[in-house]
Amino acid sequence: MALSDTGTARRPIGLEGDAFSRWLSQHSPTLLLGLLLVLLPAAATDFVLDQIVGWTLVLGMIALSLMFLAGYGGMVSLVQMTVAGLAGYSITVLGASSLPSISLFWPWWVAAPLAILIAVAFGTLAGALSARTEGIYTIMITLALASAFFYLTLQNWSIFNGFNGFTSVPAPIFLGVNWKSPVPLYYLILFCAGLSYVAVLYVSRAPFGIALQGARDNPRRMEAIGFNVMAHRIAAYAFAAVIAAVGGILLVWLNNQISPGTAGIQATIDLLVIAVVGGLGHPIGAFIGAFIYVILRTFALDALVAVGLDGRRFQTIIGLGFLVIVLFSPDGVIGIWRRWLARAASSRRGIGR
Amino acid sequence: MSSVAERIAAAGAGNAIELRGVSRLFGALAALNDITLTVRPGERRAVLGSNGAGKTTLLNCVTGDFPPTKGTVRFFGEDVTTLPPHERTRRGLRRTYQISLLFQRLSVRDNVYLACRGASRGRFSLIRTRSSDAIMQSVADLIVLVHLEQVADRLVGELAHGQQRQLEIALALAGAPRFILFDEPAAGLSPNERGDLVAILTALPPHIGYIIIEHDMDVALRVVESVTMMHNGRIFKEGAPREIEADPEVQQLYLGGGHG
Ligand SMILES: Nc1ncnc2c1ncn2[C@@H]1O[C@H](COP(=O)(O)OP(=O)(O)OP(=O)(O)O)[C@@H](O)[C@H]1O
Ligand SMILES: [Mg+2]
Repeated sequence: MALSDTGTARRPIGLEGDAFSRWLSQHSPTLLLGLLLVLLPAAATDFVLDQIVGWTLVLGMIALSLMFLAGYGGMVSLVQMTVAGLAGYSITVLGASSLPSISLFWPWWVAAPLAILIAVAFGTLAGALSARTEGIYTIMITLALASAFFYLTLQNWSIFNGFNGFTSVPAPIFLGVNWKSPVPLYYLILFCAGLSYVAVLYVSRAPFGIALQGARDNPRRMEAIGFNVMAHRIAAYAFAAVIAAVGGILLVWLNNQISPGTAGIQATIDLLVIAVVGGLGHPIGAFIGAFIYVILRTFALDALVAVGLDGRRFQTIIGLGFLVIVLFSPDGVIGIWRRWLARAASSRRGIGR
Repeated sequence: MSSVAERIAAAGAGNAIELRGVSRLFGALAALNDITLTVRPGERRAVLGSNGAGKTTLLNCVTGDFPPTKGTVRFFGEDVTTLPPHERTRRGLRRTYQISLLFQRLSVRDNVYLACRGASRGRFSLIRTRSSDAIMQSVADLIVLVHLEQVADRLVGELAHGQQRQLEIALALAGAPRFILFDEPAAGLSPNERGDLVAILTALPPHIGYIIIEHDMDVALRVVESVTMMHNGRIFKEGAPREIEADPEVQQLYLGGGHG
């Protein structure tokens, strides 16, 4: 008793230093990874920078928006790639492209916020339509919206330029920097991805995020303790849409093009695979899943050809990988990692005894 | 044009809960049949009745979990018949569930925190709540009240059944309740915990009324001043605990003819 008394008495003084060192040790892997990513341009080629890491981060952001809804909200929304695609198309149509007959060539600081606004409005509307549904019905409604958008982009020529889409969609030049060149573009992507990651982590422990998890676990009880569950879910769709929309714009700037396939059915499914393979239990899962996907997409083709198989089979590899991971760990790579940590910790405790 | 006083009286502002002609159908089954019930502010009432009598459905109609198919529900004079559950909660109505409805993948502390947050402003806040915030003190107090401080940071899914029942009660006490509906709160509690429950109920401030559904007569009749007996979706007797205990019809129907 006396011991604990002095403990509490001392705490107010020691708290600051304690809290900081605890924070540091808790987040050291993330901070280390962040530092590594910041220093990467010093060591990596432009290809690695943009086509591997940059692409991973952008896809990770869009998958993160799905992780936020599915992991914290229990809402598997297949419309997040579409939100990203709509933002991408919007920035193309409002900003610059190789098609002066369609693009309006507004400056980026008008086009980009407007594109985000349009995409978020769409994402929120999709949320309003599907927030009343649960489970498989949410998947069906959002999938229907995604395919409707896909066919619209495919068949509409006056705005979306149909099958061809747009090429030469340059990243803008501002603050005296050409954001189209590999290193600045990489840092722009890293900044946005890092910010979204931190934002999702932070919000997950803010009232809004905890309430979203409450609505996932028990919507009826949430109502009974005073929450408007429907409004909360729709707000979550809006929050997720912001991240997906920024990701969509970066995707267009990174690839320098956009076409119906960017937000097609295949891309929609791929995004789901990315999020699930990475794991819905933690925001980092979205980026892990994206990294695995990008590595497979980039190298599986060559690897297949090297062993004498048809390179186009890489989708099969992705599918098989998905199957294996989901079979062995329903909570994705994160789940494998967590179980491994738990086992390591318990065996360490065993040795201690 | 009637005077304000008349209109308030007509609205039944004198009552915490007022049901008029409330029926609830599930398909062809009338779980509630033309119920009229008034409970004064601060009144403590037991609702007794055999399995399937419609007791839980009565609470569901008051909270809006399942709104009535006919009739009106007033809460402190206001017609809340069609209000969604969260709006009623914001007006000071609280409830517990017969079968625990908790947030299984959140910690005990988060569960209680959500209940406190739901009864306050800032439900949509994107800013984390500091541990020095007043709401965290209420959370800690509620956890202590139901003796869950040892498991405060455990996930609810890992708790023992009795502990989940305790948490169920804590969630209903968050914020500033004006009226609470307890649906068999003692079910699954140990004799010790039942004693704690009785202590919590009797220690509630006098302005907080409640309705308690309880099969355990030792709990029910010790903590209420009036009793409503239900059978087959209807109310068939109301009175003081002693009258009800002594009533031969009640004994036959509900107590199985045994001694009280
Ligand atoms: N959601 C529902 N859907 C269909 N029927 C229901 C539903 N809820 C209750 N009922 C039916 O309504 C009747 C009254 O049920 P209720 O749960 O109100 O009884 P109760 O008095 O609380 O009983 P118990 O003591 O077993 O809790 C029962 O016949 C029950 O089967
Ligand atoms: Mg019941």
